[in-house]
Amino acid sequence: MSANRGEPLVETIHLKKYFPIRKGLLQREVARVHAVDDVTLQVFKGETVGLVGESGCGKSTFGRTVVRLLEPTEGDIRFEGRSIAKLGPRALRPLRREMQMVFQDPYSSLNPRKRVGSIIGDPMKIHRTVGKRERRQRVQELLETVGLSPEHYNRFPHEFSGGQRQRIGVARALSLRPKLIVADEPVSALDVSIQAQMINLLEELQDEFKLTYIFIAHDLGVVRHVSDRIAVMYLGKLVELSPAEELYSRPIMPYTEALLSAVPIPDPDLSEQRQRIVLEGDVPSPISPPSGCRFHPRCRYATEICSQVEPPLADYGNGHLAACHHPLNVDQETLRQVQTAPGSPRAADESALPKDTSGQSQPVPEPSP
Amino acid sequence: MAEKLLEVTDLHVQFATEDGVVRAVDGVSFALERGKVLGIVGESGSGKSVTAMTLLGLTRGVNAKFEGAIEYKGEDLLKMSEAELRRFRGNELAMIFQDPMTSLNPVYRIGAQITEAIRTHEDVSKQTARNRAVQLLRQVGIPEPEERVDDYPHQFSGGMRQRAMIAMALSNNPDVLIADEPTTALDVTIQAQIIELIDKLKDDFNSSVILITHDLGVVADIADDIAVMYAGRIVEYGTKRQLFYDPQHPYTWGLLGSIPRLDKEKPEKLASIAGAPPSLINLPQGCKFRPRCPHAFAKCTEHPPLENRVGDSPPHLDRCWLTVEEKRSLRDLTIRGEAAA
Repeated sequence: MSANRGEPLVETIHLKKYFPIRKGLLQREVARVHAVDDVTLQVFKGETVGLVGESGCGKSTFGRTVVRLLEPTEGDIRFEGRSIAKLGPRALRPLRREMQMVFQDPYSSLNPRKRVGSIIGDPMKIHRTVGKRERRQRVQELLETVGLSPEHYNRFPHEFSGGQRQRIGVARALSLRPKLIVADEPVSALDVSIQAQMINLLEELQDEFKLTYIFIAHDLGVVRHVSDRIAVMYLGKLVELSPAEELYSRPIMPYTEALLSAVPIPDPDLSEQRQRIVLEGDVPSPISPPSGCRFHPRCRYATEICSQVEPPLADYGNGHLAACHHPLNVDQETLRQVQTAPGSPRAADESALPKDTSGQSQPVPEPSP
Repeated sequence: MAEKLLEVTDLHVQFATEDGVVRAVDGVSFALERGKVLGIVGESGSGKSVTAMTLLGLTRGVNAKFEGAIEYKGEDLLKMSEAELRRFRGNELAMIFQDPMTSLNPVYRIGAQITEAIRTHEDVSKQTARNRAVQLLRQVGIPEPEERVDDYPHQFSGGMRQRAMIAMALSNNPDVLIADEPTTALDVTIQAQIIELIDKLKDDFNSSVILITHDLGVVADIADDIAVMYAGRIVEYGTKRQLFYDPQHPYTWGLLGSIPRLDKEKPEKLASIAGAPPSLINLPQGCKFRPRCPHAFAKCTEHPPLENRVGDSPPHLDRCWLTVEEKRSLRDLTIRGEAAA
């Protein structure tokens, strides 16, 4: 897959981010939240990688660690080939210009006391990219680019609707002409009708400014429209990575299958016919994640091996990776050629590649009560 | 004919503000039968939440002005005093709010909050109420309810909190359950669980449900009837099948088009509704959707009444001047986002 894509703009190598839980007088570390646990992912220039999973799967932590808002615990982050995992604040400063974020909540991510002009213009002031007079002009251009009017320059955030605020957030992210934008659930707080506007805007901007996106969402419906590739995370692990359309037609990991079936279909008949896999319960605690495959307690295909051995991230060809002992939608031929992907987690057992000879994985029948 | 529980007739709600009078609800009528689910769909600011909160008398205040009638089992809720209304609120009509993070009191245990709801309306002992709370938590699918009943809200996840909210709303076996965007703050996987739960509990408790959402996809499974609201009015009303398979109003088309579909080929561009909902202080003349409508023509400056233009039975109402033939020919293009504005 990497042959024709050139160099990755940003890549993580066995990236880990643990949050210590400290207790007692000495603030001793008693446990750790395994927010991101050994994720290797490359993001190529000009592409959009969708990052999907439920709350608590580590997708936001991953996004924030990549742009170095958080300190990585282990592993490396490379931006344009250069390692940035250990850079100090001063060395990072020029890089901040290249990597920007758009946040989920358009209400809390804009300073209510600042005018739109300074919200969007301040990054240019701090980084001294343009002079004072030119700055105003740039801000007004940006406002137009994101579909607002230049007259909004002197207004306060509270004068705007949720969708408009999110546009301000996008204009702010664009103001330093970054190469990478990490969009953390940029449309989740918006109405469906406004979501579509936002998604279309982000796509237009990508073409215009040659942007690379990491687009974080919990809804597979939304990311389909923006993503070239989609990464699915579960409890800190990358469990599937696939070209966007292939993920929808041929999910390999049962978790992806369940996520897909949770997206509502606005068609009563189709919705009724569809087999919906309702995942029981919530995501387990990332403080002491389940052994083996982390999804096994909620997986309907789980067998003994799933609770004991962590499956390696396997390459199913065409850049489609998945970590599962009981892969779905895979034929015998492909299964024979499956190899461990280079970025497979170190804790995984490489010898435990799936070799299900019976063909399709079958759901384990539920014990009758 | 099923028992008619609730009938709203020509409801108007206005709020006086410094900037002018906000016409939040501007002539809304609908009826709800026992055991049915009514979906109310619209964008932020369409008046759907104000409608729902007015049913429970939660919008009363010095600045608010009401007109019309809300008849519940033959009594007009709108004319009742606050004290009289309290008999119904939480008891016969209960509400589930959007945000499970802020609608539970963080300093009281989950169990205490549910028992309080029970004991407000029923004279039962603390122990009985507590047992009922445990039972309710079990019914809404909280694991180990005997222990979790003593948890604080922060010990619950978002989905569990919403389940606890539902348990609280059901604690007095209400006839009407009003759910205001019950899943918007939740993950899609949890959303599917909650919708399924509401559907099941509705049958267990023999209640009716009003489900408010901005996402037509959410009501596709569960609703019997759907009202689409825009700028304080219902612009289209019909059964679920009528709404999804023969939608009549361009706003409904826009809502349908802006949902990313997994069951279809990925379009080049997502259809979206241009612009934003109008200010409720200064509404456009004529059809309120006109400024955003790709099919507006001269007649749209006149206000269209809500009528059964299709001539369907049960009635399928809409507020659009286009002829039914025109609508049917324009519709698919609009939903795909290919109609020129």
